[in-house]
Amino acid sequence: MAKVRGAVVVDKEGCKGCGLCVVACPQNVLALNKDVNSRGYHYSYMANPEECIGCAHCGLVCPDTCITIYRVKL
Amino acid sequence: MEIQDIIKPENLVYSKSKLQVDVISHYCPGCSHGVVHKIVSEVIDELGIQEKTIGVSPVGCAVFAYNLIDIDWQEAAHGRAPAVATGIARTNPDKIVFTYQGDGDLASIGAAEILHACNRGENLVVIFINNGIYGMTGGQMAPTTLVGQVTSTTPMGRTVELNGYPLKITELIAQLPGVHYCTRQSVHTAATVRRCKNAIRKAFQNVMDKKGTSFVEVTSTCNSGWKMTPVQANDWMVEHMFTEYPQGELKDNDKKG
Amino acid sequence: MGELRLMKGNEVLAEAAVRCGCDGYFGYPITPQSEVMETLMELRPWETTGMVVLQAESEVASINMVYGAAATGKRAMTSSSSPGVSLMQEGISYIAGAELPCLIVNVQRGGPGLGTIQPSQADYFQTTKGGGHGDYRLITLAPASVQEMHDFVELAFDLAFKYRNPAMILTDGALGQMMEKVELADQKPRWTREEILARSGSWATTGKTPDRQRNVVTSLELDSEKMEQNNIRLQAKYQQIEENEVRYEEILCDDAEYLMVAFGTSSRVCQKALEVLREQGVKVGLLRPITLWPFPSKVIGEMARKVKGILVVEMSAGQMVEDVKLAVFDACCCVPVAYTGRMGGILPSPGEVVEAFEQKLLKR
Repeated sequence: MAKVRGAVVVDKEGCKGCGLCVVACPQNVLALNKDVNSRGYHYSYMANPEECIGCAHCGLVCPDTCITIYRVKL
Repeated sequence: MEIQDIIKPENLVYSKSKLQVDVISHYCPGCSHGVVHKIVSEVIDELGIQEKTIGVSPVGCAVFAYNLIDIDWQEAAHGRAPAVATGIARTNPDKIVFTYQGDGDLASIGAAEILHACNRGENLVVIFINNGIYGMTGGQMAPTTLVGQVTSTTPMGRTVELNGYPLKITELIAQLPGVHYCTRQSVHTAATVRRCKNAIRKAFQNVMDKKGTSFVEVTSTCNSGWKMTPVQANDWMVEHMFTEYPQGELKDNDKKG
Repeated sequence: MGELRLMKGNEVLAEAAVRCGCDGYFGYPITPQSEVMETLMELRPWETTGMVVLQAESEVASINMVYGAAATGKRAMTSSSSPGVSLMQEGISYIAGAELPCLIVNVQRGGPGLGTIQPSQADYFQTTKGGGHGDYRLITLAPASVQEMHDFVELAFDLAFKYRNPAMILTDGALGQMMEKVELADQKPRWTREEILARSGSWATTGKTPDRQRNVVTSLELDSEKMEQNNIRLQAKYQQIEENEVRYEEILCDDAEYLMVAFGTSSRVCQKALEVLREQGVKVGLLRPITLWPFPSKVIGEMARKVKGILVVEMSAGQMVEDVKLAVFDACCCVPVAYTGRMGGILPSPGEVVEAFEQKLLKR
């Protein structure tokens, strides 16, 4: 089985910290940052980047379309 | 492999649709509207119908949809979107017209307009966001509010004695001969988002093929109105809303023998 | 010379709509104007010009269908009678707020409430002073003959598009049901897509193309500063209309020592009363406002300086008389302004008008 690695880029300022991506991630990659963006939201970020498989679940459920997803086959 | 080696244009698998305007929406964190807007943008883009599509956004949280999706839009009075869309579609049969309505708009003040537009089989896509509450005005009871559900106008919970029953308007709509396709979807998980997108794509394709009204309810959350976190709201929706509003297809004339 | 026919006012509205190249009619039955849609359904214009005719589920829906069609740059219209027009007020306010051109015809009947199906002019306030919410105006044309019912359809569309503003033909059940000789205009084609784009492409929902920003038709603006600017723009437009579009007819006004002011059906009654009074040697003229908004205040003010008294005749409790008094006041004039009229669906008779004139102005 081909291994895949993924990565997500969260638009920090667009994120409202709703946390839906955190729950949607099957690999527990994402978490809400302790830091806040300029509008005061705890934005989402890759807490465990090595685990990301680029499945795009986080992007699909994101109401603010602030997640861009990349994937490579290893 | 370093993260920077993955984040390259050739490895891109998911990003914002180019039809989504690059602004931060007015929606509350976790609001289902954002996901449905994204799906609508993607579908219009993928079908290549931006130049033909006209959206009608009536009063409610989605009234500002015209700030978010890059197509021509008309704002409608509360409940009147199906009549406005009828006027557009009848005089412009080459256009793809859709309404994007909430439950207070569609099932309460606009009940007459939606029933008659659907009954005439107007060639429209209707996207119906059912979150059981009035979001924009601050969380009042909607016709689809569940029995027992607390809202700002049912502080002790909705009672049948005072307010009657939740209105299953999608079931009513599905009965109408003018309606070609009627389905109930949700957008709380990746899998349901994919299914909902397929339904919305099918609805737009039906209108392109002039098959009559295609009606897509999206059972949704309003975590602000429900006084929950977005994650709690999704769980509450699955547990409570889905029993009253069962998910899945109610009608598809394409599948008739 | 166009085709001559003997027709009902309501029928001629339909015929004129088709002939001027109207794109869509959306209506709901109500007496005394149901013949408008009935005639259109018989004419079947969708087979000839491509004009859409649709019976809506309510007046609320029909005005919103007009709102939708008008937003795409099409020439759309509806017609109704007083109670139905009351239901349309929400939509009319939205159309005015979104600055869309369209035509609304009100074949008035007596009110308030369900009232009567007989003719009336009691919707003058509703039409000229708003009716719906917000600071807006309707370009209002008041025909006094079946011929004008015909002519004003195209005129109303022209004015509506010139100013991107809804226009109303304010008439009544008498003119709607009355048969008269009418000269019909020749058939004009509906506007092509190219013509619509040239005329209205900068604002209409014609589909977003790569060469322009998306067009959004809305009356909503939550930023108060911007909303005030929107209102200021509207008011500037209304002022322009007031300067350019006042229409009226003067009958025997040149040597008049007294003046009657009346519109529509009432003005026809006044014409007869005027004949009677002239036979008695009373020098009276008749000023008939054709546009009720913009109101011919200036000419009434000028006349007020020359005459000894003004009688306003209406099929209402006296609504237009207030505008006549304002016109007289604005002219710094203190000539007496009297009112007479009937209500509830009754036309005043010429005799009644003569009697009121003698009592109120000649003090006989």
